[in-house]
This record gives sequence, C-alpha cells and structure tokens, in this order.
Amino acid sequence: MIPHWATNATFEGVFAASPVQTVSPLSYLISSGAKADHVLPLTWGVLAVSVAVVAIISILLIGAIWHRPGFALAATTLPVERPSSGLNWLWIGVSLSTLALLATIVWTVKVLADVAAPPSKPSFTIEITAHQWWWGVRYLSADTSQSFTTANEIHIPAGTPVQFRLVSSDVIHSFWIPALTGKTDVIPGQTNEMWFDAKAPGIYRGQCTEYCGLEHAKMQMLVVADTPADFAAWRAHQLQSPAPPAGYAIAGQQSFGTYCGSCHTVRGTDAAGSLGPDLSHLMQRHTLAAGIIANTPQNLADWIADPQAVKPGNLMQRPEISTAELSRIRAYLQTLN
Amino acid sequence: MTITDYERAPTVSTGDGNRALAERLQRIWETEPGLKGWLSTVDHKEIGLRYIFTAFAFLVLGGVEALIFRVQLAQPNEHLLTPEQYDQMFTMHGMTMIFLYAGPILSGFSNYLWPLLLGARDMALPRLNALSYWIYLFAGLFLYAAFAIGFGPNDGWFNYVPYAARAYNNGPNIDFYSLGMILLGISTTVGAINFVVTFMRMRAPGMSINRVPILVWGTLTASVANIFAIPAVSLAFFLLWMDRNIGTHFFDVPAGGQPLLWQHLFWMFGHPWVYAIVLPAMGMVSDGLPVFCRRPIVGYSAVALSTVATMVLGFGVWVHHMFATGLPTISLSFFSAASIIIAVPSAVGVFAWLATIWTGKPVFTTAFMFFASFIMLFTIGGVSGFMTGSVPVDWQLTDTYFVVAHIHYVLIGINVFPVAGAVYFWFPKFTGRMMDERLGRWNFWTMFIGFNLGFFPMHISGLLGMPRRVYTYADGMGWDTLNLITTIGSFVFGIGVLMLIWNVAISYRRGRPAGDNPWDAPTLEWATSSPPPPYNFLVIPTVQSRHPLWEERLNEQPKDQRSYPHAGLVLEQGKEAIGTTPLDAQPDIILKMPGDSPAPLIFAISLTVIFVGLLITTWWLVALAALATAATMIGWLWPERKLGETAEPAVHG
Repeated sequence: MIPHWATNATFEGVFAASPVQTVSPLSYLISSGAKADHVLPLTWGVLAVSVAVVAIISILLIGAIWHRPGFALAATTLPVERPSSGLNWLWIGVSLSTLALLATIVWTVKVLADVAAPPSKPSFTIEITAHQWWWGVRYLSADTSQSFTTANEIHIPAGTPVQFRLVSSDVIHSFWIPALTGKTDVIPGQTNEMWFDAKAPGIYRGQCTEYCGLEHAKMQMLVVADTPADFAAWRAHQLQSPAPPAGYAIAGQQSFGTYCGSCHTVRGTDAAGSLGPDLSHLMQRHTLAAGIIANTPQNLADWIADPQAVKPGNLMQRPEISTAELSRIRAYLQTLN
Repeated sequence: MTITDYERAPTVSTGDGNRALAERLQRIWETEPGLKGWLSTVDHKEIGLRYIFTAFAFLVLGGVEALIFRVQLAQPNEHLLTPEQYDQMFTMHGMTMIFLYAGPILSGFSNYLWPLLLGARDMALPRLNALSYWIYLFAGLFLYAAFAIGFGPNDGWFNYVPYAARAYNNGPNIDFYSLGMILLGISTTVGAINFVVTFMRMRAPGMSINRVPILVWGTLTASVANIFAIPAVSLAFFLLWMDRNIGTHFFDVPAGGQPLLWQHLFWMFGHPWVYAIVLPAMGMVSDGLPVFCRRPIVGYSAVALSTVATMVLGFGVWVHHMFATGLPTISLSFFSAASIIIAVPSAVGVFAWLATIWTGKPVFTTAFMFFASFIMLFTIGGVSGFMTGSVPVDWQLTDTYFVVAHIHYVLIGINVFPVAGAVYFWFPKFTGRMMDERLGRWNFWTMFIGFNLGFFPMHISGLLGMPRRVYTYADGMGWDTLNLITTIGSFVFGIGVLMLIWNVAISYRRGRPAGDNPWDAPTLEWATSSPPPPYNFLVIPTVQSRHPLWEERLNEQPKDQRSYPHAGLVLEQGKEAIGTTPLDAQPDIILKMPGDSPAPLIFAISLTVIFVGLLITTWWLVALAALATAATMIGWLWPERKLGETAEPAVHG
C-alpha cells in the first residue's frame, strides 16, 4: 500500500492555480523564461537533426539489405567479389555529416554567448546553499537588514532576470529548473554564478540532478514567479519576524526551542540553528521536506512525527517525544505565517 | 661465420600433411593436463576463453542487478529496495558492466583472436597475458566481496568526491572501490602493453600494418589509449584512498582540496575508456560484416584511420562530462566543438559499413543480423551523444534519463550487439562446432526488440525530466508508463541474453561440426583447424594482402605475389615464434617463447593480498605480501636457459 503522503494527489492543490502544465512538470521541452527560450530552439534543432540522421541511416540500412531480390542463408553459396570500391558513400556521407556538425557548432556557440549574460542587469542576487537534501535560499542585499533566508521555495518577480550564487555546504548537488534554466552544479569550495528569469507568473518545479546520496531523489524545490507587486509584498512580509504565538501554541514554541531550535531558525526567537531549513514563514510555502509533499496540516503532522518514514535517511531524526508535545509543536509551526 | 639460434634461417615448407611436425609442435606447445597445467597455462586461446567466460559471468551479475532495480522503478513510489540498497545496486551495475564486462570481454576476444589473425603462435608476452587475466579475476572478486558483505560501492561508477570522502561515506564501500579499481587498472595496463608489443613484433611475415584486420586496429588503438588513460584514474583512486585512510587533503574541501580535480582525473580516463570499450567491438563488425556481404570492407584505410582519429580526439573531449560545473564559456565552446566534431570519424565507419552491405550480397546469418543492427543502434547512440555535445542543450539533458538512454545505446549497441555477433561468428573457430542458427534468429530478435523496447523510452522519460540515479519517483510526473515499458523491455532483453548463453551451451555439446572455415572468411584465423591446435599454425603463414583466403577469387594481385596461408617458416626447435619488423613485418628474429608457469597466478595472488592489506590498513600484511610479490617476480624473471637468458644459445655453423 502506498502511504497517502507518498502520492502526488496532494500536489494538485499546489499546481491548480499555476499556469504551468502539470502533466510532466520537469519536462524541458517547454520554456517559460528568456534564458530557456534561447536554448529550446537549439534543443529542438539538434533533436530534429538526430531524428533525421537516424531515419536516413535506417532507410539506407534497410535498403542496403533488401534492395536485391532474394537472399542467401549460407555464405559459402555466394561468390566473393569486389563489385565497386564504394568510396563514393564515404565522400558523400561524411561530407554531409561534417556540414551538419559544423552548423551545429556555430549554432551552439551562438546560443552559449546569448545565455552567458542576462539581457538586463539583474535587480538582485539570491544565494542558494545546497545541503543534503534540501535547499537554503538567501536573498542578498547590500543593506543586511534587507537580507533574509528561506528554504526550498524561491520567489522571483516575473519578467526580470535574477542573479544566483550557488554554494554547497556538503557534497556536490546540481541546481535545475527545467522550464527556466538548465543545470548548474553546486560544488563545495567554489561559487557558481548563473541567472534566469520567468516570463510569466507561475510555479515551476526543480530538482537536484547530481547524485548526492540517499535522498537525492527527494531533493526538489519550487520556483514561484510572482507579479512584481506580489513579489514586493512577499518580500516585505518575509523581512518581518513571524507574529508571536498565542494560546496553545505558546507551549509549542517552547518545545520547538528545546527539540528543534538547534537545527532550525525562526526569526525573532531563540531558535537559531542552521543545520536545517529556516522555518520563519513556513506556512507561506507550498511544500514540505524539500518539495516532495504538499504543505497540509496532515502532511506536516506526519513529517514531524516521523521524518524517516517520509524521506528515509534524511538528516532529521525521528523525535522521541510525546504525541502531546508533537501536536503543540505542530500548532506552533502553523502560526508561522 | 656463426649465427645464433635466433638468427638461423628456418626452413620453409608447406607443412601440409606433415604429421611428424604436427606431433612435435603439439608436444612443445600443449599445456600439461591436470590442475597444475590449468593454473599455469599461458596459451592465449585458453586465457582468451577465460576472459570471455568471466566477463559473461559479470554481464549476468550486472544484468540481474539492473533487473532488480528496474522492478523498483517499474512504478512510482515502490519500496522494494531501500535507498542505500538501491545506491549500491546501481553503482555495482555500472561498475560491473563498464569495468568488469565491457573492457574484459573485448580483451578476451582479442586475446584469443590476435595471434590467429596475425598468423602468430602466441601473444608476445604470454606470461604477462596470464597475469593480466588473473589480476582481472581477483579485482572482480575483490569488488564483489564488498557487495557480498553489504558494503558495495555506493557513489555511482564515477564516484564523485566529496560524497566519496570519509566525511560523507564512512564505511569501507569506497575503499573497496578505490583499491579494486587500482588493481583492475594493473590488469588492463599489463594487457594493453602486451597488445602493443604483439602488434609491433608478432605479425606474420608480409603482414604490413596496412594489411592487418580492423579488429587489430581497434584493439591496438584502445590499448595505446589505456596506457595513457589508466594512470589518471589509478592516481585519482589512490589519492582518494590516501584522503580516506592516511589523512591527505587532495579532495578535502575545508582543507583546500578540489572536488573538480577528481572529475578531471576521472574523465581524462573515463572518456578514452568509453572509446576503448567500443573501438575493438567496431573492429569486430568491420571484419565480420564483410564476410557476410561477400566483399572486402569499403574504405579499409579510412576505417582504420578513423579508428585512430576517434581515439586521438577522444582524449580532447573529457570536459563534456563537466559542462554544468561552472567552467568559463570559452573553454565550454572548445570542448563542445571537439565533442561534436568527434562524430566525423564515426560517420566514416557508418557509411563504410552501409556501403559494404549495399554493394555486397548480404547473407542472413545471425552474426550478420547482430552486426547490421549494430549500425542502427550505433547511429542512435551516436546522435544522442552529438546532442549532449551541444553545451546549452546538455545543460538540460545531462543527468537525466536521456543520458542513461545514450550510454546504454552506446554500450549495448556498440559493445553487446557486436559481441553477440562475434560469438556467433567465432564460436565455430573456438569450439569446432556451429551455433544453432534457428535459435540464433530467436536470440537476435528477442535481444533487438527487448533492447529497443527497454531503452528507447528512456530518451523520452529523459526529455520529460526524469533525473538519473533516483531510487524512486512520484506519480504525476508523466514517467509512469515509460518506466513500466522500460522494465518490461529490460526483462525481454535479459531473456535474449539468456538465449545467447543457452545457445552457446547446447551448441558446445551438440553443434554441427564446423570445419576450418565455415563462413568462407578471408582472414588467417580461418586457415587453421577449428579449434586451433596449441601452436595455432603448423608453419608460419606468409601474407601478401588483407584477405589471404580470398585472393584467388578477388584476383587483384599477380599470381606470384599471393599469400601462402599454409606455407612459410617452420619453427620447430623449441617453443618458437617469428619476430617481425614493426611496419613491414619482415622476418627479423626467432623468438623463444616462455612456457607455462605458475608465477603469474602466484604473483596475482600476492598482489591481491597487498590490496587486502591496504583495505584493512594492516601494514604488516602489506609488507609481507609485498615481499612475496617481489620474490615471485624474481622467480618469474630468473634467467632460463631455454629462453636463451643464461648463456649463448646453440650455435649453428
């Protein structure tokens, strides 16, 4: 039986409002950004050349085998001869191939140059820190009071390029949002820079694509492209500390500090750990556990009760605490708007 | 004037029907029966068959691993394997297929065939040949010992750091992999040297380098490449082993180590290796296909040169495995262009094979079907490689199932299909019996349909964004049906491989007798009996063209300039072979060949014990085994009178 958290049915709500097609959310045969727009025609182009080559060679092969009537099953029944040198095949075939290859090289270099730099200067920079098996997202600003951190969900304003700095806290990962940008590896000890944009508001899925250990499969993320106004509002909200809890959730905040605070941060509280994702505005996010389950009350309860059941091998241990305490913590987390 | 035994002028004879000579050579060359003989034989045919048998065993193991995780991937959210089990399984699968099957299977065929193709009595360095096999076997067992005790390598076959470093991978898994790969590298290097020396020294008189079969070009090229490429990977694994065990920091990021150093070292080896495990297989097709088209291959020189060109270019494209690592655009452009232009020599091969079929008269044997279908599979694997050569496209394709499809079209299409064809083609020579052609038809179509059914959909799941190396995936991604088809196809393909093995087994017992040359093929291996005697040829053939056994019918040379497949030098005064000059193969010297010896086996065992000692970091064991290895080497190299190493050999007046 498949546990309910493992099915994607819960994702439908996430994508219902999204203009992005959800049949194959990681397909790279659609593009939704200026950068991806440059690359996609080249992808279709080389794909078309490839299909044509396979078709031509297959036809020639079948023709070569069957263009003579009748065939033999034993070699010894046919004479040996050299009917023609056959070298014309080489001259023609190799010349045409070389032309196609040279044209592809020119096109490739052209596209490389096109996507090397954004069309306009990016308005800000986001630093992505890859961890086993989640993504830290920090919005950088020259004025550090304007910087903030979130996780696994990247909001950007639609229509403008954003600069990204990619760093890793442990092993090599790879950052990939198929509809917006190809992969850039995230390598410890070096900072890789790249940019991308989204043409229209929507939600785009991403996935780690460099094998990074046990939960490589479940290291995903979302990019949420907002209208500029929505983005500004979101950003302003993120800069605030979450409102202090009330009632039942107050005890939850204490338990959270005791059991969770050494790994997780909630801005404006004593919880200031950095081993796990920043949870300051957890309820604003669409997903939990690095993009793999929808952020619903039930999923949240399941996740904190036994993270190892949802994502075996991940670094968040199953907490050895009472269900009462768990439900208090959950109540507190649900106040983090 | 006195001349030594090496410079004497041997008699020239036809050898035909010379029973006394045959018996004498048999006595000189045969391996003594019993276990001792079995363990100490240096006969290239025996070693070649052992290589083939062992490689097939690993093929089956790697295949079973693949089928197990294909069950896991057949549907979304399957839990047959835990993530750790899955990771070991896919790593073992890749490592097994690439290092323990694909390379060694070709070494096996080449070991068996080279001396026969070249009209020689043995490889140039027979004991080194035995050593190469034993080390391969022990390295394979070493790597599988890890898996058997639950600590199989778990970081993928290219084993990126720092995930492979102690900090993230604390068990002995990666130590097994590092040491096993260094050990295996010794085997491959030793084997490669042997092929190069054999090529330069052992060709029959008259077989100038423009007359050798293409398979010889393929293996030679691969061997030269291996000699240059393997040091890079052995070094990388040694550095990693030191990082993990004695506290060095080559890849240790906090201490200033460089993860990309690993990638450069690995792929400087890894990419040439990919060519090394396909070029000899392409050579098999270049030699086998024309036999069933009843004409010499179109464009011999172009095909031979394109083999070499592929390998030379192959050393300049390793960065295409690293397009997403953040390298500067200018170097990406260079490596992109190189990776695309390397398709040109491949096009030479494809059009040469097509032209050979088109202008020839196809004979529909099972071997022909495997060879001909290879052209199509090679093209599919080639164009998907061409696509990944284009950097911006590769940023999307890389690390998705598209690349998984690509590597399997390359390795199965260009290695397994030609090898299967080669089994059908050369089995009669190996055993003296024909394989069952009816079962062969079934075998071919099952493999062909199963393979395409299983692996073609991977292109599409890749284009739909399925990342490689995921132990499971959610539903709703558009991958469900494709993965189910892939799993079904993999099982069909697996059944096809079993049919091949089954056909070998039954044909070995009751196949129709083959005779010397059942396919009416043109090259020298078909000029001797099936299976060949221990000495291969009664007299050393004399060669004047690329197809000695077809000369009369092709009628392209004057009658007095034709080869003598059954006439030439008689070398019967001990275990002797003729050494010829490197380019023109003019007779140069008589070589005294070493006899059977247990030294290679003992050497390989003590060498393996060194690696076991390194694995468990038990230095006294390492020291002890090193002493044993050194002692064996001294014993091995101890001058032998028979080989003329002690004093002046017999002198003829």
